[in-house]
Amino acid sequence: MTDAFPFAAIVGQDNMKLAMILTAVDPKIGGVLVFGDRGTGKSTAVRALAALLPQITAIKGCPINAETKKDVPEWAELTRFEPHQRATPVIDLPLGVSEDRVTGALDIERALTQGEKAFQPGLLAQANRGYLYIDEVNLLEDHIVDLLLDVAQSGENLVEREGLSIRHPARFVLVGSGNPEEGELRPQLLDRFGLSVEVTSPKTIDERIAVIERRDAFDQNPKRFLSKWKPEELNVRAAITDARAALAKIKKTKAVLRDCAELCLALGADGLRGELTLLRASRALAAYEGQTSIQRAHLKAVAPLALSHRLRRDPLDEAGSSARVARVVEDVLG
Amino acid sequence: MTQGLDSWVKTLLALRLLSANPTGLKGLVIRARSGPIRDRLIEIIQNTAPALYKIYPIMSDEQLFGGLDLVQTLQQQKLVYAQGLLARSAWAQLCMAERCDGALAAKLGQALDDGRIAPLIVFDEGTDEETAPQALKDRVGFWVDLEDVSLADLEVVKFEPAPKEPLAVVSARPEDIATLVDLAARFGIHSARAAQFALTCARTHAALAGRSALSAEDIEIAVALIYPSRATLVPETPEAPPEQAPEPEQDDSQDEAESAQHTDLSELPQELLIEAVKALLPPDFLGRLASAGAQRSAAGTGAGQSRKSKARGRPAPSRPGRLDGQSRVDVIATLRSAAPWQKLRAARKPQQSRITIFPNDIHLKRYEQRAERLVIFIVDASGSAAMARLAEAKGAVELLLAEAYARRDYVALIAFRGASGDLMLPPTRSLVQTKRRLSALPGGGGTPLAGGLQAAGVLAQKALSQGKTPVLALLTDGRANISLDGSANRQKAAEDAALMAGWISGLGIKSVVMDVARSPNAALADLAQTLRAEYYPMPRADAHGLSQTVHRVLDN
Repeated sequence: MTDAFPFAAIVGQDNMKLAMILTAVDPKIGGVLVFGDRGTGKSTAVRALAALLPQITAIKGCPINAETKKDVPEWAELTRFEPHQRATPVIDLPLGVSEDRVTGALDIERALTQGEKAFQPGLLAQANRGYLYIDEVNLLEDHIVDLLLDVAQSGENLVEREGLSIRHPARFVLVGSGNPEEGELRPQLLDRFGLSVEVTSPKTIDERIAVIERRDAFDQNPKRFLSKWKPEELNVRAAITDARAALAKIKKTKAVLRDCAELCLALGADGLRGELTLLRASRALAAYEGQTSIQRAHLKAVAPLALSHRLRRDPLDEAGSSARVARVVEDVLG
Repeated sequence: MTQGLDSWVKTLLALRLLSANPTGLKGLVIRARSGPIRDRLIEIIQNTAPALYKIYPIMSDEQLFGGLDLVQTLQQQKLVYAQGLLARSAWAQLCMAERCDGALAAKLGQALDDGRIAPLIVFDEGTDEETAPQALKDRVGFWVDLEDVSLADLEVVKFEPAPKEPLAVVSARPEDIATLVDLAARFGIHSARAAQFALTCARTHAALAGRSALSAEDIEIAVALIYPSRATLVPETPEAPPEQAPEPEQDDSQDEAESAQHTDLSELPQELLIEAVKALLPPDFLGRLASAGAQRSAAGTGAGQSRKSKARGRPAPSRPGRLDGQSRVDVIATLRSAAPWQKLRAARKPQQSRITIFPNDIHLKRYEQRAERLVIFIVDASGSAAMARLAEAKGAVELLLAEAYARRDYVALIAFRGASGDLMLPPTRSLVQTKRRLSALPGGGGTPLAGGLQAAGVLAQKALSQGKTPVLALLTDGRANISLDGSANRQKAAEDAALMAGWISGLGIKSVVMDVARSPNAALADLAQTLRAEYYPMPRADAHGLSQTVHRVLDN
């Protein structure tokens, strides 16, 4: 595996970067959905995220990256409980993956050689306390999608098969990417993502040139490029760490809550999930910017990310949903 | 130089560059049917590649990426893993890439991205709009088309293998990069990977020529190899968005004259490059763009078509069952079910060292067969009332599509006007693509009802052969006045329409006829009967009404 392209060096795509940073600040926001054309840096950004995120403390060898000894599941059969620092897990969920691989299943090796019933954890266990990345999420098999929905909702993976009965925490941030020309995403899954971003190719030639220049510099000499961007990268990481600490102290006023509700009402966004995400994302943004309370500007900045995929679809409306959100935000918040 | 010879020369050059820099240029898409030309190229590839392995679209993940080696595991009584094909350091060949589905394309794309495959030779044997998945093609440097190459061309040039030693470092000036990026944008190529490939290609070419900095020649060759096959527009309006196809009536001489006018002296080399690439665009490029946006539609239908095989036999969880000589045994599931009991069973029969499997351990593989539906709208786009009707039909198509993901239906639209019926929207379930296509749907002219039915029948037959279930929805006022041969003869037109209707009902295709004339039309009711279709007079149909009617018929 080669080094990942640094997150801070990605040209443009500010909304995508912002969305990823916000979920890093507050994982409770839910996942990020990135929809857009090919070759716009979707996968690059996700791979870069892994290197950017602050490290976590986890018990060494624990299959679910548990933080403390009491969280380590019994079936892990660990004998030593040593905490260590490790990178935040960013797990790839490949298309065409089998259900066994996702949820975990009977450990065939031990079953065959020792005749013992043991549990072999799957990708959901590995992704606990981290990120689960699905490229081409709109092409994922239906039964895997249903399974993910359920786990993402409950934060717990329940395996009842082959005489096993196992449950373990599976709290992760879902990051999906895809190209809408190849198929739509079911609304049920759409709604599960906290934020959504539409990415397009850079509009100006200068920006495009910058993309190729940086990529080329990285390809020619990855080491030098990485060390050049290291300070920038560390800045972003420090800002995320600070924002996490500040998150609980961010004040929300009645006025902000009212704004949230009015926005969602005006847009006809389904359910309360929209309001909640809007509030959380604004709070994360306020924290990231080092402010002490949520301002209208924060709401305005995150509203398209938090709401554009929750609108009831009107196929006869020519303008995209982001445009609709922007319009309503202007109307309601002025 | 003829078109064919030119393609062959470029193919050999691409192969040479690829063999010199497989990790940077990633691979080669070869679009050609099987034949002597392709055989020659395969021979050259076999001689060039240090080693080769083949990937078929039907291969399982275990074969590709590695997994449990069951035979060895059972024999040796310990876990043995088999390495997948991708673990080999060799050139990979993807055969019949047009059959490759989205899932495999995504996995191979990932392997290309992180360098597990270098390079990948993609054999695309597709015809018409059928092609290898765009997600895969985008990640591969060269795309060549051998269609026009003749046998005589093969003798003209010899393949020159690249030297084996590692490539020297070649520096690129910022202007070079700017030129490449700007050119890509002007040809409507929006993926950043294309410009990246062009830069790598130029560097490789320079290194092979022993230069330490890029020259104009390197850039020219890189542009000529990478861009023409990816172009989506002709650089007439440099800042135009990609969806805007150039005017169909624009002809080449005028277009050259214009670009000559716009030529700024300081930009001369760039303009020359543009002309060079323009000359290399496929001969029917403008025609294809104007007719259906072939490049774009290829992107959409490619993914759509590849789904069918998945839906036809999606594996379902295996179930316990008995061997009946027909079902396939799921070995892993069977072993899983037997495994926990091995100690007990071994204790009962200590002389046996093998695994003991009882009949009730046996699990059988099951495949879920769910045919996907294709709703084909046949819309009357003739005469004065056409615009309103057409608008409603467009609305109905989009509404149906919006609900389609739960049902997984495909939608297609055929409009008939003037002299024939035309496929306006090939089978798709992408709302984005639909909107793009339908926004430019024209109307007016005669009523070639028979032509519309014929086009629908052909499409329905094709869908049947792909394992989809086609359903026709005909929207017309029934006043057919153009016959199949395009002549304006009311009587003949009606007879032809009845003939086509009979043919379609003979195919066993379900259909629905919606009469949108002011007053119901007896002739159309008869036609519906010939079609064995349900007949709905809907004088004031709107998009919601139409989609609901179609729904009702479908759900019965």
